[in-house]
Amino acid sequence: MSKTPVEHVHARLDHDEDLSLLHEVSMKTAGVSRLEMCIQCGSCGGSCPSEMDMDHTPRTLFAMLRAGMREEVLLSNTPWICVSCYHCVVRCPQNVHITDVMYSLKSMAIQEKKYRDSSAPDFSETFVEMVEKYGRSYEFGLATRHYLKHSPLRMIRTAAMGLGMLKKGRLNMKPTTIKGMEQLTAILNKAKEMELAHE
Amino acid sequence: MSDYIFYPGCAMESNAKAYYDSLMEIAQPLGINLQEIDDWNCCGATEYVGINLIPAYSLIARNLALAAKTGQKTVLSPCSACYLNLAKADYYMAERPALGEKVNEALAAGNLQYTPGSLDIRHLLDVLINDIGLDTLKAKVVRPLKGLRVAPYTGCMVPRPDYNKRWSDPEHPTELIDVLKAIGAEVVAFPGGATCCGGHMTQIGPDTAYELIRRLISSAEKSKADIMVTVCPMCQLNVDAYQGETNSHYGTDYEMPIVFFSQLVGLALGFPPEKLGFGSEITSTEKALSRIGMDIPEAAITEGKQRQQEGLPMPLCMRKTAKTPECKRPCAEEAKA
Repeated sequence: MSKTPVEHVHARLDHDEDLSLLHEVSMKTAGVSRLEMCIQCGSCGGSCPSEMDMDHTPRTLFAMLRAGMREEVLLSNTPWICVSCYHCVVRCPQNVHITDVMYSLKSMAIQEKKYRDSSAPDFSETFVEMVEKYGRSYEFGLATRHYLKHSPLRMIRTAAMGLGMLKKGRLNMKPTTIKGMEQLTAILNKAKEMELAHE
Repeated sequence: MSDYIFYPGCAMESNAKAYYDSLMEIAQPLGINLQEIDDWNCCGATEYVGINLIPAYSLIARNLALAAKTGQKTVLSPCSACYLNLAKADYYMAERPALGEKVNEALAAGNLQYTPGSLDIRHLLDVLINDIGLDTLKAKVVRPLKGLRVAPYTGCMVPRPDYNKRWSDPEHPTELIDVLKAIGAEVVAFPGGATCCGGHMTQIGPDTAYELIRRLISSAEKSKADIMVTVCPMCQLNVDAYQGETNSHYGTDYEMPIVFFSQLVGLALGFPPEKLGFGSEITSTEKALSRIGMDIPEAAITEGKQRQQEGLPMPLCMRKTAKTPECKRPCAEEAKA
């Protein structure tokens, strides 16, 4: 049995901390995430406009990452409720790239198929599918497919609005395809072979 | 004239056409020369980064590489999300060299490359204030918008996270207020000026979005604003098109119109509303415009747009018909795909 470090004794811990999950998420995040620097002050949750719909505040989620609670973190709805408003980011005293950490958690959850509600992951995946096919976003195709699959009732409720958008020329029924699709596909295929975590 | 590499972004071609049309009108008199990036692609919005990181950044970086090829230095983006994505990729590729290298390895598969830091990524609002200048803008105003009470809605992704320290304040930015004052509008106090419209939550978590939209509209209403003004296609779409759903959700009856700042600038510069995309809103601007003695060309716009459409929305593309012999799109291929 390995000797317990003295600081662990004081903290009444009988094992070494396992920070592998925290590091994994940090390394998978664009830029230098500074996730390890979180001091648990809670400025993030306090600044968050959609915190009321999250099952954990960002602060709690980061404590759970540190505690290695992989399953619970990936199943949390918090990253999916994040609206990318960057309020927490500009208020964080430790300059943690909080929004980007949320993106990393989403992609990990998608890769490991860990989510309670498939609607949000599906939306992202359909959006990306359209972009990979045309090189541009294709709102009409995206909305139609997403609503049909996930909320046909809402589609009926919003039909009038959708029709208004069409009438006013604000919704293109046909997708626009870029000329350099072959080039873009080559770039994306190459990019998909790589992951940022391993450097 | 100042030259800019122009990245319009997907929304400018669809739901934010009013933004595009009004920008095209005001660019010339303001001395903004826009050279669109040839064959640009989508920036990935807030979706691709949540799926797969290196492809997401490579998607953005293709645009940066194409822009850098032009030899010009400054990229102008009118869309807040596009602006942030381009600026973010440029910044993170330098901050995390491993990201920069991998993205360049991917770009090389398409014979492209991008050196982070070689472009200046700027938002239209920043260019208008800091390059063109408020004095020039004021000098061009022929029809000050006196008596129009506007709520300045800057939103999130322009003042935050602000990697290059371009903005006055991340939470209480003053740029949009200054522009609106310069064109003679009456700017009301609007505490929600840099809060969130809900972004894509209108699609994936509508209840969250309704609440954020409600906060914005009720704040504008309390300030007795006639109209909200935005710099972002997403904000315009959410507040405008989803206002009806928000009203049904809360049993409210808000009628708060929202337009792009370029549309109001266009009015002040003397352009008629029909040239600036007015009338394409879902929540009517009629009452607001009547405050400055103007009408919206609703009939003209809907009629014009209707004429371009044939048939029902689906299936995808079956209209290589006698009506549109000029259509050269590969319809069969699309249908197959």
